[in-house]
Amino acid sequence: MQTRKLVVIGNGMVGQRFLEELVAMNQNFQITVFCEEPCPAYDRVQLSSWFSGATDEDLALTDLAFFERHSIRLITGEAAATIDRDQRRVTGNKGTVVDYDALVLATGSYPFVPPIPGHDREACFVYRTLDDLRQIKAAAEGCRRGVVIGGGLLGLEAAKALKDLGLTTDVIEFAPQLMAVQLDTRGGQLLREKIEALGVNVHTSTATQCIEAGDTARHRLVFAEGELETDMVVFSAGIRPQDKLARDCGLTIGERGGVVIDDHCMTSDPAIFAIGEVALWQSRIFGLVAPGYDMARKLAGHLCGQGEPFSGADMSTKLKLLGVEVGSIGDAHGKTEGSRVCVVEDSIKGFYKKLVINQDATRLLGAVLVGDTSDYDMLLQYALNGLDLPESPVSLILPSDNKPVLGVDALPAQAQICSCNNVSKGALCQAIENGCTTIGALKTETRASATCGGCATLVKQVLDAELKRRGVEVNDHICEHFAYSRQGLYHLIRVNKIRSFDELLETHGTGRGCDICKPAVASILASCWNDYVLDPKHVGLQDTNDNFLANLQKDGSYSVVPRIPGGEITPEKLLVLGQVAQKYDLYTKITGGQRVDLFGARVEQLPLIWRDLVDAGFESGHAYGKALRTVKSCVGSTWCRYGVQDSVSMAIYVEERYRGLRSPHKLKMAVSGCTRECAEAQSKDVGVIATEKGWNLYVCGNGGMRPRHAELFASDLDDETLIRYIDRFLMFYIRTADRLQRTSVWRDNLEGGLEYLQDVIINDSLGIAAELETQMQGVIDTYVCEWKRTIEDPVALQRFRPFLNDDNPDEQIVYVRERGQKRPARAEEKDKVELVEVV
Amino acid sequence: MSQQMEAAAVQRSDWFDIADLDQIVPGTGAAARLGKEQVAIFNTRDGIFAVQNHDPFSGANVLSRGIVGDIGGRLVVASPVYKQHFCLRSGECLEDGSVRLQTFAVTVRDSRVWIAAGE
Repeated sequence: MQTRKLVVIGNGMVGQRFLEELVAMNQNFQITVFCEEPCPAYDRVQLSSWFSGATDEDLALTDLAFFERHSIRLITGEAAATIDRDQRRVTGNKGTVVDYDALVLATGSYPFVPPIPGHDREACFVYRTLDDLRQIKAAAEGCRRGVVIGGGLLGLEAAKALKDLGLTTDVIEFAPQLMAVQLDTRGGQLLREKIEALGVNVHTSTATQCIEAGDTARHRLVFAEGELETDMVVFSAGIRPQDKLARDCGLTIGERGGVVIDDHCMTSDPAIFAIGEVALWQSRIFGLVAPGYDMARKLAGHLCGQGEPFSGADMSTKLKLLGVEVGSIGDAHGKTEGSRVCVVEDSIKGFYKKLVINQDATRLLGAVLVGDTSDYDMLLQYALNGLDLPESPVSLILPSDNKPVLGVDALPAQAQICSCNNVSKGALCQAIENGCTTIGALKTETRASATCGGCATLVKQVLDAELKRRGVEVNDHICEHFAYSRQGLYHLIRVNKIRSFDELLETHGTGRGCDICKPAVASILASCWNDYVLDPKHVGLQDTNDNFLANLQKDGSYSVVPRIPGGEITPEKLLVLGQVAQKYDLYTKITGGQRVDLFGARVEQLPLIWRDLVDAGFESGHAYGKALRTVKSCVGSTWCRYGVQDSVSMAIYVEERYRGLRSPHKLKMAVSGCTRECAEAQSKDVGVIATEKGWNLYVCGNGGMRPRHAELFASDLDDETLIRYIDRFLMFYIRTADRLQRTSVWRDNLEGGLEYLQDVIINDSLGIAAELETQMQGVIDTYVCEWKRTIEDPVALQRFRPFLNDDNPDEQIVYVRERGQKRPARAEEKDKVELVEVV
Repeated sequence: MSQQMEAAAVQRSDWFDIADLDQIVPGTGAAARLGKEQVAIFNTRDGIFAVQNHDPFSGANVLSRGIVGDIGGRLVVASPVYKQHFCLRSGECLEDGSVRLQTFAVTVRDSRVWIAAGE
C-alpha cells in the first residue's frame, strides 16, 4: 500500500489519542506532528493536580519513545503558521515546511479573555497550559490575594489552584450562579454555599468593568457596584476554538468560530480534517475530552477505510470541584417541553439531587447532583439508554438502603459503560468471553475505567453479572484444599492465632495441601508471626527458593544475594564479596537492585558461603522470598549537586526497617534525592522522591512484563509521616491482596482505587491504622537474619546435604568457562565433558 | 503397596539401606544415591515414597526439593523448577500423561529407610 503523508497540527490530548488510534491500525502513514508547546501531550483534565504535587511526568500522556517507536516526526516548540491548500503544504513559524496528503487540525481551543480595560496588566493569567501554571506559581510568591474571573468548571479548578498556593481566593462570575451550563439555580446555590464554607469568596452577577492599580494590592477590580483589590488575576471565562489557521486558509468557519466538519470530521476541504475543541459539528463545539477522543477514534478509522461516523456525544459530567461532588446529566435545566422534575434536598447532609423526567414519567431526560454523586452512574445509564423508569422515579435518588438497583442485565449491549474510552457493555462482554475474568484484565484489554475511573463500579457489576450468567462459579478459593481466598485465610490465621499449616488444615481445610496453598499459608504465617521459615513445622511449606534460602537456577544450583541496604557498601565488604566468589568459584553479576548476585552454589555450599558472609557482617538479602527485596537509592544531597534530601540514609533506614517482611509477592522500593528521580522510584511498589519540603510517596508501580507507573500517594511528608504511611500501606496490602498479586494488580482491582486507598491509609477510614502499625512493629521487632540463624542451627543444617547417603556433590551440575567466569554447560557440552571423563 | 506385593518386590530386588527416617523432615523430601541413580524420597503423612530425582522437564536433579501434597485425591510432588505435578505412587505427570517418573519400592525397618533397586 502506498505511504500517505499525514500532518497533524497540535499534540494535545485529542491529537495524541488520534495518533495512538492511528498507529494501532498498522497502516502506512508518514506522520509529522506540529506541537506548539515544548513537550508532547499531557493531561489537561488533571492540570490542577500539578499544584498538589503531580509533576510534569505524572501528567504526561506520552513520551518521545512513542514517536520514535512509530517513526513519527515530532516538531515541538514550533506552531504551524500557514496552510497552503493548493500545494498541500504546512509551514511552521520557525520555517519548517511539510507537505501533506491529509491534514488533521487538532489545535484545540484558547482561553477567552474578556476585553476589560487592564486585562493585560502584569500578573494577569489564563489557565490552560503547564506554562500558564508555572507562571501562576512563580507569581504567587509574594502575593496574598488572587481572583479568578469565571465561575464555570475550569474557573473553579483554577480557584482550587490559587487556594492550594495559599492565596486568599475570590471567584467572580458574570451569571447569577456558578456552573450555569451544568447546574440549575438551586444546584448552583448549594455549590456556592459549599465552596464558600471552604474559604473561597464567590461573587455572582458581577461584571468586571476594569482592572487598575490598587491601593492595598497590585490590582483593583472595579465592578458596577463595588470593587475588590487583589495581587493576581486568572481569567477563566470560557474557551474559543483555535481556528485561526483554518480561517486564514479559507476553510468554512462557524458563525461563532470553530471549523465546520461533517460526520467524518472532514472540513470544507476534503484533504483537511478537524477533531477536538476546534471542530464544529452540527453547530456544536464539544468542550470535553471524551467526545474529542471519540472523534479521534472515528477519524483514525475513516482514514484507514473504516467509515464509522461521528454521531455527537453526551455532555454529562461528574467531577469533584474543591472537594465538592458535582454531576450533571443531559437536559439538566429541564428545557424539554412538558418535562417534569423530582427534587431531593438535604441541607443537613448537604446534598441536592434533581431528576428531569419526560411528561409521562417513563424516561429520564437529565439530572443535577451536588454534594453526592453516588447515583450518577446509574442515572446516566437510565438517561443514555432510554430505560424504563421505576414507578416512583424519586426512589432513585432517595437516600435508602433498599433503593431500586439497576441490574446491569437491564442494559442493552450498546450501552456505554466507560465514556472516556467509549467502551460499551457489549465490548466488555466480548472481552469476558475472550477470557478476561478480573477487573485488571478487563481494564488492560478494553481500557474501561482506565482514564477517570468513574465507571469502575459499573464495570465490576458487568463482570460479576456476566460471569454468573455464564455459569462460571465466581469462586475465590485459593485451591481445592481451602474454601477461602487468601484474604480469608489471613483473617482465620490472625483471629484464631493459628501458628501452623497443619492446624489450619485440620480446622478449616481438607486433604493434604498443595504447592498453591502451602507457600501461601507459609507467607501469611510469616507475615503474622514471623517464625523461622525453616522450622521443621514450616519447612515443607516453603516454595522452591525459600526452601533453601537461595534462588534455584535451571541446573539445580543456587544463587546468593546478600543484603546491601540502599546499595551502599564499604570497599572492605565489596572485597569480601569478591573473595567469597573466588573461593567458591561463583559467577558474579550486578543486579538491577544495586546488589551483587553470586551464581552456581551447590546446596551443600550454601551454609559455607553464608558462614563467610555472616562473619563479614552481611545479612540475608531475601532475594529468594516473596518479601522486601531492595531499596534502591541515588547518591542524594550528600554528594549530588542537585539532591535536596539525603536519599541514601532514608533508603538504608527503610530497607533495614522492612527487611525480611514476607508479603503476597515480592516488594521493591526506591528513594530518589530529587525530582530527577535517578533511583527510578516510580517503577517500584513503594517509591519515595525528595522534595524541598520533605518526601513525595508513590505507590503500586512495577517494572517487569506489564510495567506500571507508581501513583503519587501523598506529598511533602516529613520522615515520620512517610514511614507511618508506608507501614500502613504495606500491612494493608499484606492483609488484603491475593496470593502472588503485586501491589500494582492489587491496586487495579481495588474498588474505589487510589482515593479509597488514601482514605484508608491517610484518613484511617476503616479505623485499622493503629492495628496495622502495631502489626508492622511486631514484625520489625522480631526480625532475625535467617541465614545467621540457619548456620547456627544443626537441625536446619542437616537438610543442606547433596544426598542422605553420600556427601559427594551431584556430578551432573557441570560448568564451562565464558568471559572469565563459569556458566552452566549446555546439554551438548555436558555430553562432551562426560566423554572426556570416561576416556 | 500391599504387604504381599512388597514381599514379592523384596524377593525380586536388591534392597539398599539408605538413612535414618528422622533424617527426612516430615512433609518434605530428600535425595539419595542408589548406585548411579538419584532417588527422591518423601516422608509424607500417607507413607514413604520414592521416585527418580531427575526432573524430566528441566533436566535438573531436584525433585526431592519439591512441595508434596494432593491434587484431586492423588498424592503428588510439584517440581520446584517448572511446577509440574507427579503422582508419588505411579510417577505419572498430571499435566502430561506421556511423561512418567521411575518409582522405587520403599520400606522402613527399625527406623531406617530401605529402597529397592531395579523395577
